[in-house]
Amino acid sequence: MVAIKNRYDFVYLFDVKNGNPNGDPDNGNMPRIEPQSQKGLVTDVSLKRKVRNYVELVKGGQPPHAIYMQERAVLNNQHKKAYDALGIPPETKKLPKDNGKARELTRWMCTNFFDIRAFGAVMTTEVNAGQVRGPIQMTFAESIDTIVPQEVSITRSSVTNERDAEKERTMGRKHILPYALYRSHGFISASLAGDETKGTGFSEEDLDLFFEALCNMFDHDRSAARGEMNACKLIVFKHALPLGNARTQDLFARVGISKKDGVVLPRAFSDYNVTIDRENLPSGIEIIEPCSGHGHGTG
Amino acid sequence: MAYGVRLKVWGDHACFTRPEMKVERVSYDVMTPSAARGILEAIHWKPAIRWVIDAIHVLNVPRFQSIRRNEVGGKAPAGKIRSAMKRGDLEGLQILVDEDRQQRASTVLVKPAYVIAAHFALTDKADGDDTEGKHLDVFNRRARRGQCFHQPCLGTREFAASFELVEPGEPTPGPAPADRTSQLGFGTPRDLGFMLWDIDQASGKPSLFFRATLADGVVQVPRPGSPEVRG
Repeated sequence: MVAIKNRYDFVYLFDVKNGNPNGDPDNGNMPRIEPQSQKGLVTDVSLKRKVRNYVELVKGGQPPHAIYMQERAVLNNQHKKAYDALGIPPETKKLPKDNGKARELTRWMCTNFFDIRAFGAVMTTEVNAGQVRGPIQMTFAESIDTIVPQEVSITRSSVTNERDAEKERTMGRKHILPYALYRSHGFISASLAGDETKGTGFSEEDLDLFFEALCNMFDHDRSAARGEMNACKLIVFKHALPLGNARTQDLFARVGISKKDGVVLPRAFSDYNVTIDRENLPSGIEIIEPCSGHGHGTG
Repeated sequence: MAYGVRLKVWGDHACFTRPEMKVERVSYDVMTPSAARGILEAIHWKPAIRWVIDAIHVLNVPRFQSIRRNEVGGKAPAGKIRSAMKRGDLEGLQILVDEDRQQRASTVLVKPAYVIAAHFALTDKADGDDTEGKHLDVFNRRARRGQCFHQPCLGTREFAASFELVEPGEPTPGPAPADRTSQLGFGTPRDLGFMLWDIDQASGKPSLFFRATLADGVVQVPRPGSPEVRG
């Protein structure tokens, strides 16, 4: 596997309809909200979880795409049988003695586990090499407009406990957003993928898989709480140089999102105009839209 | 002393965790010198140089928000990895996150913005080719073009930092008039108490602290080895 040679910055748009994209445990599982701006938030870890689950699903948990941080919910019983001898030679390249042992371990983990190659991990070794910084850095997604969560009371006609038997009905609660469009930013560092000592070996193939996960992961994450969630657009800025060719804030500013004329309450992705300024791109910058072929984001 | 650099950094959130409150993380009111150093190193660093933070200019009034997330308690155990390596399979190596779940709140800063003023010193790993001028040029060139080794962050990696170089000769950006309040130490200096200065990686990782004061929106950072830096 050859590590990636380019830096990437990406803008990721996804939306939710009549669902809760990410509950806030401090707030009775209401959708997360930034109190001052009243905009919705989805945490980075929530998005990473879905990426992991997608890769798990597609690759069946097989090395070199095994997933280290697993959820019991997505474990399928096939795994246990499927782990046969890997045939991956433990790399025994001579390394400086002080942290060579830890390096060997972290490298082996990177070779086998997709999520460690992509996002990094912390391991219990004393030396610094026990910490792997992955090349992918994801940030909180923020909604384009303010959100107004609705509380929906629901009833259920059966009860769990014997002692409630005469009640016949119990009430429950759901929080939903009628509609919200979220924007998230991410960064992929070529240096942290390919650096001689720190690199995780995150490859071009891994990169394609990661983008595929972003485009499709909500399709495999359906649940009663989520409502309809969809990836709308993934706009990737590819830099020719590993250290980059342009400032991220200038690139991200090229992606503009606004409500269409006459729309007061957006209720669909088609209520928004998404513009990508392709004029006078800095030299060495290329715009890629990996989700275009996935039947999403037609807006 | 070499001519220094100034870098403006800003983002949506930041978390400069107080070491005494790192389980349910609580951020310091302003960026620590150690976090500032990490940002500069994300743009340019070589073993031949050591960044020294001179001052941190705070451009807006600190505002906090609490975010609670599901986190994992454990680290990957080295012993288990070693035996899996020997066996050559991954059986039982994974962490089941729902069984090792900790819900932790982080009290983070909202919409922070700073200017870092710093310079660097050459270390004993520097050889004949390493001149301060050369590294200064490399840093300025990268910061001007937005190049970096990895995207710098404001305390933790999910809070990415945007950055731009404050060109030599330009005035240092300051807070907007509305933010020139006592909270940023305008009028009377504001005592921020003891704050992490940096962690001494070379000698067994003790944390070093200093008494931080915010005066007119600026925290002056004591020099390495000065008596104000305490272990």
